[in-house]
Amino acid sequence: MSRIGVFICHCGENIGSVVDCERAAKTLASHPGVAYSTDYKYMCSDPGQNLVKKAIADHKLTGVVVSACSPRMHEPTFRNAAADAGLNPYLCEMANIREHCSWVHEDKEAATRKAIELIRLMVEKVKANEELQPIHVPITKRALVIGGGIAGIQAALDIANAGHEVVLVEREPSIGGHMLQLSETFPTLDCSQCILTPRMVEVARHPKIKLYTYSEVEALDGYIGNFEVTIRMKARSVDIEKCTGCGACMQKCPSRKILSEFNAGLLVPDPENPKKKLGYRTAIYTPSPQAVPNKPVIDREHCLYFQKGKCGVCAKVCPTDAIDYTQEETTVTEKVGAVVVATGYQVWSVAKAAEDYPYLGYGEYGYGTHPDIIDGLQFERLLSASGPTSGRVLRPSNGKEPKTVVFLSCVGSRDNEKGFTYCSKICCMYLSKHAMLYKHKVHDGQAYNFYMDIRAGGKTYDEFTRRTIEEDGCIYLRGRVSRIFPRGDKLVVQGADTLSNAQVEVEAELVVLATAITAQPDAEQLAQRLRVAYDKDRFFSEAHPKLRPVESQTAGIFFAGACQGPKDIPESVAQASAAASKAAGLLNADELEREPVVAQVHRAAPPVYSICFGCFFCERVCPYGAIEREEIRDRGGNLIKTVARVNEGLCTGCGLCAASCRANAITLRGFNDEQLFAVVNAIGEEQEESKAATP
Amino acid sequence: MSSPETEFEPRLVAFVCNWCTYAGADLAGTSRLKYASNVRVIRVPCSGRIDPLYIVKAFERGADGVLVSGCHPGDCHYAEGNYYARRRFTILRDLLYHIGIEPERLQFSWVSAAEGAKWADLINDLTAKLRAVGPFTGYRELIDASRGPS
Repeated sequence: MSRIGVFICHCGENIGSVVDCERAAKTLASHPGVAYSTDYKYMCSDPGQNLVKKAIADHKLTGVVVSACSPRMHEPTFRNAAADAGLNPYLCEMANIREHCSWVHEDKEAATRKAIELIRLMVEKVKANEELQPIHVPITKRALVIGGGIAGIQAALDIANAGHEVVLVEREPSIGGHMLQLSETFPTLDCSQCILTPRMVEVARHPKIKLYTYSEVEALDGYIGNFEVTIRMKARSVDIEKCTGCGACMQKCPSRKILSEFNAGLLVPDPENPKKKLGYRTAIYTPSPQAVPNKPVIDREHCLYFQKGKCGVCAKVCPTDAIDYTQEETTVTEKVGAVVVATGYQVWSVAKAAEDYPYLGYGEYGYGTHPDIIDGLQFERLLSASGPTSGRVLRPSNGKEPKTVVFLSCVGSRDNEKGFTYCSKICCMYLSKHAMLYKHKVHDGQAYNFYMDIRAGGKTYDEFTRRTIEEDGCIYLRGRVSRIFPRGDKLVVQGADTLSNAQVEVEAELVVLATAITAQPDAEQLAQRLRVAYDKDRFFSEAHPKLRPVESQTAGIFFAGACQGPKDIPESVAQASAAASKAAGLLNADELEREPVVAQVHRAAPPVYSICFGCFFCERVCPYGAIEREEIRDRGGNLIKTVARVNEGLCTGCGLCAASCRANAITLRGFNDEQLFAVVNAIGEEQEESKAATP
Repeated sequence: MSSPETEFEPRLVAFVCNWCTYAGADLAGTSRLKYASNVRVIRVPCSGRIDPLYIVKAFERGADGVLVSGCHPGDCHYAEGNYYARRRFTILRDLLYHIGIEPERLQFSWVSAAEGAKWADLINDLTAKLRAVGPFTGYRELIDASRGPS
């Protein structure tokens, strides 16, 4: 027999002024199964909680209904109070008579009757509640960081410095990401490599970081605290144990005309020898001289040995015998407890977009048709001391210094028709920086910037753009460009200046397009492998845009950097540290305690075993892959049947399986059929009872 | 029972998900929006948890209308539970219609945690609609008929 306690809170005047709490308490006192019923001014206060605890002990209560505010507010408070008094916390429920009753209704009689019914529904639920124990999950105290750009580097270092092992996976031959390609960074004009490379080195020599470069995450199995990641290590063709990074192979490699990913495909004629172009890489290469690890890989698609079967120069010149043409792709698995996803972004290729969708893209801007029309990343390479021109700004068409440069904002950003709806966030700042650095290098040059709005929100960001305009004389034109076309050896940029309401035509020698920042092309596949959500633009979706900005909806997986949305370096670093602290916080615990609201499959003694008949509809609907197949065998090892089993680590307690189960074999603890039917069954008794109670 | 001259007060049972609609209804409360007191909210983790039988049961227990409300498409806390719910209740509504229950009695809706006003309007609308449709007596009559004259 149930002995339920009902505790009705006045919440000062909040409930008490509309709901007749005394009457409700009296009415509930006579409800079957209620052993104690009372009302109090502030139930959540210390004396209020003590009242609950004392009543649990004095009246040997088997369940508690606190009728007060929303359970989203104080359920943990009262469950803890119940636990303090020795009652299983899951035998405590709340009836929401404030947000759902006293605050939204004016008619006192109707509100009181509704409150009584709401409380009664919960009394019926508690009667059907069962004791639940929190689920304890062991934790593998290691973290996986996917992506070795600045966000991944920061996250890996922070987690490792907090004392946990880190597995860092980077798909390129070197860590560093896009930041390594940049020249100087806004708003302080720190040299990007000068601030980044020490961090890269720190990653490489950190005793707690295990670095996998030229490797990709193939699969992620398991659940929070207990993931198993499969990593595919691409064939490097170089034994990195033997290689010393001397670079002799790269100097001698005869395949020298390969577009360099690191230089964003930019080629510039050598001013000393115009027939020669700068910016190529060799077939055996490291992306950058500052690569970490500074060990080359062989690009088999362009290597003469792999394509034609002859050459082998690198093997001949290698002093340590590190070249291994027979190396094969291998996969390894690692066990980790937390995952930080920091896979970054891509600069939108407008040329490719125009090809794929002739009516979309920006064919009118001529990207890809004229060497002097480049994107922002290519201009970074032009400015960078490690770039093809060693930092001299030269025209890709003729190797001469451009005297007029036009910068275009929002190529693909904030464009519902031809590009993406969102703002790429960093372009206003980097174009301003581009114009400033250009002016620092070409003193007699003139920069123009066509913009929609100048979005320079950030510490000292606006001051920075003002400097570009006021001190470096960059002409900012508010308006869009309609067309870019060559005239002689120059490019004509036709656009509008909406502030002076005039059409503008600028003869430029170099045009830089700030193309949109987009998600990685394979972001969708990775998201599906990791079972995390992503938005319409394929950026990963955080659990809550305000309050849980670095957590994914999947427990134990966190986001850092531009994979979650366009971001600049300080934001990426901040987010990476936030994700790292979340991950480290998780790994600090020895065991994970989880709410026991999870699904459960029916089990019984032989010969029934389970009423589950193995249709596995639950497996199909479960968004989390939490349904496993369990084979039930007899002593002889013969298969009796295959039934569903819930992986409690993966289950998030949505109950979709329970509502879908054809055999009613699967149920959701805390919200099982008995409980919910008890609630529904209690509907409609109100009239007789409240009538009886009304004097 | 309400006397014939007073207005019919329909009984509306709402099955709502914890993350969006329940929070939206909480917001209506914190915003002190006033709405009809005819609704009884039953909280479940996800609209995908709702077994159609709960709805049938609610009608059996005297509900004049049932509301199912969850997160907006794409916003489900559990990724896709609301899509299953939508399909389920589209079918259930057709089925109920087939056996003679007015389709107005089962309403499906999305209310997000930010839509307190939408929740208040929804409850007022539904209450008005149910007033127009009148009390649901089908089940009661069936039960009485099966019992025979008392």
